[in-house]
Amino acid sequence: MSGVIESIRVLLGADPRRVPKKEMPEEVRKLHEHKFSDKERIENIRIELAHKKRKQMPEKKRRLRWAVLLAVNLLFVLSYHLDIQLLEGALTASRFMGFHMADLNSALQVMLAFKHVVINLLIGTTTVFVLWWLLGGRTFCSWVCPYHLLAEWAEMLHLKLKEKGLARDIQFDRRARAWIWLVFVILALVTGYTVFETISPTGIVSRALIYGPGIALVWVGLLLLFEIFFSRRAWCRYACPIGLTYGIVGATSPFRVHYKLENCYHEGECRKVCLVPHVLDLTIKGRSPALEADVGADCTRCLRCVDACPTGALTIKYKGLDKLM
Amino acid sequence: MSKKPRLTPKQRARRKFLNAIGLTAGVAGISLLGFVPVMAKKLDSRLRPPGALREEKFLAACIKCGQCVQVCPVEAIKLADLTDGFGMGTPHIEPREQACDFSCDGLQCVLACPTGALIHEIAFPSQVDAGVAKVVAPAKCLAVQGKGFKGQARGPGFEGKLRYSEIDRWHPIKVADHPYDLELCDLCVRQCPIELQITQCAQEDEKKREQMGLVAKRQPGECPPKHAIALKPIDNGDGVRRMMPEILEGCVGCGVCEMICPVEPAVIVIDSSQSREKSRGMRA
Repeated sequence: MSGVIESIRVLLGADPRRVPKKEMPEEVRKLHEHKFSDKERIENIRIELAHKKRKQMPEKKRRLRWAVLLAVNLLFVLSYHLDIQLLEGALTASRFMGFHMADLNSALQVMLAFKHVVINLLIGTTTVFVLWWLLGGRTFCSWVCPYHLLAEWAEMLHLKLKEKGLARDIQFDRRARAWIWLVFVILALVTGYTVFETISPTGIVSRALIYGPGIALVWVGLLLLFEIFFSRRAWCRYACPIGLTYGIVGATSPFRVHYKLENCYHEGECRKVCLVPHVLDLTIKGRSPALEADVGADCTRCLRCVDACPTGALTIKYKGLDKLM
Repeated sequence: MSKKPRLTPKQRARRKFLNAIGLTAGVAGISLLGFVPVMAKKLDSRLRPPGALREEKFLAACIKCGQCVQVCPVEAIKLADLTDGFGMGTPHIEPREQACDFSCDGLQCVLACPTGALIHEIAFPSQVDAGVAKVVAPAKCLAVQGKGFKGQARGPGFEGKLRYSEIDRWHPIKVADHPYDLELCDLCVRQCPIELQITQCAQEDEKKREQMGLVAKRQPGECPPKHAIALKPIDNGDGVRRMMPEILEGCVGCGVCEMICPVEPAVIVIDSSQSREKSRGMRA
């Protein structure tokens, strides 16, 4: 339980708690000390890193994820244009083979603005809540959200430009996202308009794919430009209330990225590729409070860290599945 | 950039904090620009799909998913762009381009709506309350001038569709593929879906009575209880046969008359704000 609370605290923007050495179990402390003293091992890491730089491993899971993301969005497009009626609507609300689905954040905005909930919306919201709890919450972001994919491509460009000194990476206090979430909750409640939908790049891109492009894409373009030149993945990291909503859903989800201290060489490859590197603070040398731990709720389960880790310290875990098997 | 002095962790945290305030204010500020089109009453003239709530409620309730767009057989419904501000992504109809001709029969858009922005309490076209037709330029009306009409109502390039039951009960066809030859132009009355339904109901009832001596049982509203439009004779004292379209109580504001009117610009148009004032209860 304390793990869930800590995970939500970090989700809302707090810095991950540093567990003092004294509080760590004996075996964990010993393992940390061993890693600090083992010079030979550190040298091995250097050699391995140099080796790895020479031959980049293909990011298999990333390709799979892009394929899934494109497939889901394509299903929306084809359902409409080929009239196969498999997945009707857009990401804000839809029907999958007739079953109602409603994006949790969009549904929240409508409920607060309209102050009235029809049964279909309640069914759609509950279905999506259960679905994304099972799938990991922010899994929505990296596996479905079409803006996420655009932002990933923008990020690749950003990293190249930054290397050449042509782009900056302005940092924001991560609490901004929680404030923004709250601002839009209040705005919907007070004004009676679904204010956030006006600027939601997720809704805009989803509708543009299905119903055709519009001027609204200019706003999405500006966001991407800001990310490319001024701040890496700014929207997804510091602003998007949808991400926070799904993060809360996934705080207790059984689908996790799992960390094993013993396998970790603390090279930090995982944190370099991570959208939300604070969830991987436990991979910093001397920081992990336990021999094994689950990565927190802000994690989008994009699995890039799993691909990036050369020593298998990060793996996919579905709680309870091992007991079932 | 490299010349800047290194910041202490405390200074860095402070800067991040200030940046975050700026970000929050910026995002909120930009989103509130959506108020501008709403305040300018730009959206008030939008013709919404059947069953739409009153404008403010409609904007609050609509989840901007476009499921109503997808089910419409004549593709009458379009989603608004960013220029509609808070109305972005909401559905509307441009009747002159493509009106709602109820060729889905069962108000599919209403059934598709997941949030009740299009209220589910209505089931039949006659219960719709989208707006009211208005004859805005009677002098230009062909019937008023005593003229007939021959050819394609809106010219060969017009993409709009209508369902002509006598041709194909299930598939709407292009208006351009259905030329007319009328002694006196009566297109607005002839194609009015409410009037067509009244005629159809009467025919069905008559048939049933003749064949089985039964009185057809109908659900309330299934057959329109009131006429929507009629041509009334007018006399200019010149012996020419002239008629004037008159909008009646049964008009639901579907926009077919506006779409079919062969005069440019249309003599008859939908006023969607009108019905909102004298709401018949559907736009709760």
